[in-house]
Amino acid sequence: MPSDLKEGRIVVVGASLAGLRAAEALREEGFTGELTVVGDEPHAPYDRPPLSKQVLLGQATAYTTELPLRRDPDAEWRFGVRATGVDLLAKQVLLEDGESLPYDRLLIATGTRARPWPDPDEAALDGVFTLRTREDGAGLAERLAAGPERVLVIGGGFTGSEIASACREMGLQVTVAERGPAPLVGALGATLSKLAAVMQRNHGVDLRTGVTVTALTGNGAFTGAELSDGSRVHADVCVVALGALRNVEWLADSGLAAGPRGIACDAGCRAFTMYGIVTDDIFVAGDVSRFPHPLFGYQMLSLEHWGNAVEQAEVAAHNMVSPGALQRPHLSIPTFWSTQFGLNIKSVGVPTYSDHIVIAQGSLEARRLAMVYGYQGRVTAAVTVDMAKSLDYYRHLIETAAPFPPPPGAADRAIAADITIPSAVPDPSGLSHGPTVALTGHLPDRRLTVV
Amino acid sequence: MRTVVDLTRCQGYAQCVFHAPEVFALHGEEGLLYATAVPDDQVARVREAAAACPVQAILLGEEVTSRAL
Repeated sequence: MPSDLKEGRIVVVGASLAGLRAAEALREEGFTGELTVVGDEPHAPYDRPPLSKQVLLGQATAYTTELPLRRDPDAEWRFGVRATGVDLLAKQVLLEDGESLPYDRLLIATGTRARPWPDPDEAALDGVFTLRTREDGAGLAERLAAGPERVLVIGGGFTGSEIASACREMGLQVTVAERGPAPLVGALGATLSKLAAVMQRNHGVDLRTGVTVTALTGNGAFTGAELSDGSRVHADVCVVALGALRNVEWLADSGLAAGPRGIACDAGCRAFTMYGIVTDDIFVAGDVSRFPHPLFGYQMLSLEHWGNAVEQAEVAAHNMVSPGALQRPHLSIPTFWSTQFGLNIKSVGVPTYSDHIVIAQGSLEARRLAMVYGYQGRVTAAVTVDMAKSLDYYRHLIETAAPFPPPPGAADRAIAADITIPSAVPDPSGLSHGPTVALTGHLPDRRLTVV
Repeated sequence: MRTVVDLTRCQGYAQCVFHAPEVFALHGEEGLLYATAVPDDQVARVREAAAACPVQAILLGEEVTSRAL
């Protein structure tokens, strides 16, 4: 086994969850060379999920969510510095301050950012927020704590729904505007989205579906919004929760297969060039990656999941210091969670890769259930509501491509477990929110012109 | 000290809530919310909570400090 893979110089671009866990894992895997981690935010790696929950509720502050270290990665940290390009031939990362960092192996973990409101002047109104960074979280928490008359949340995805939940818990009036037929429909399909809509309305949310927000109004400060149905919402705070954009623009001239849906890589986290050729010195992990998964038709997946950032970073780190025959595939099953309106929603697999569902345990009426998703007669996903302990069982069914509908496995099997209904996952282009698991097809991102 | 819970693993056994109620709290039946910054006088309790967690989802540690800048 060549020992030089444990030595040399590794640069990690991206200093959030995936970048940090990769840096730690590189040392655990025995890497003894020089390690540099570059991040455009002027902060040590911090955790983002609390920003839409504990931070808004005042149970934590936005400036105390740094991620605890598992071990000191003995890295040179370059916070507050943006990478502007990569030169594959010279093997250098270019930084905005003009410096270039040479590397033997590079890990790209630049993640995503909040999709901004499309009109920059309206987005600049005082009281209009997105929620992705700790500055976003601190600003929004301060504004909510001051007790606004009404909060408008644009987008009924997970982030928008969690914000609306926090607002109601604080006793604030909140309106949610969603272009699709219901909240969470892009990620969970029609049946669970109806439960999500009922939960929002029961908790006092003014939920408007099938509408788009056409304009944000105000003279310096946000005062309200106009909707496509002709109505108007008066509010003094607006949160734009329209999903995420992948941070790939800095790679536009790099020759890597980087596009709006992420950077394409193989199951070993090795980046593809735009010619579809796999590199052996550039790796990708976390939200910015796009990778094939055999359990989901080898389609390329883009995941915006905390757990995926950790697991993919660990696989990437292992493969960066291991010769080919010892490299591992990233085959873990996508998993995520959301806490909103007093419910704990957890998902395993890819719910959007489905044609039918059954409610295998519990019921909608009980607000406690396990829903199983199938595609062409195989189990591909499961979502639990306040039934997290059941999730591992369904994960096993997904891993083994078990038949759908699933055979009896639980003592509290519902009668509905034998009644399959269409999963009715809509085309995401018709929604305000994006699914946090996106099937991005088989094709490279850029069409080539052969000259 | 900072703590983070891997909520992908968490199954709502709530052992942490018994060991360190000032840091961990259930939100609804099984959703977990926690204080990310652990006060010095709670560190020992959070260590107990991390040890007691049936799915080993709790991580306690130092953050990347400014000396590394």
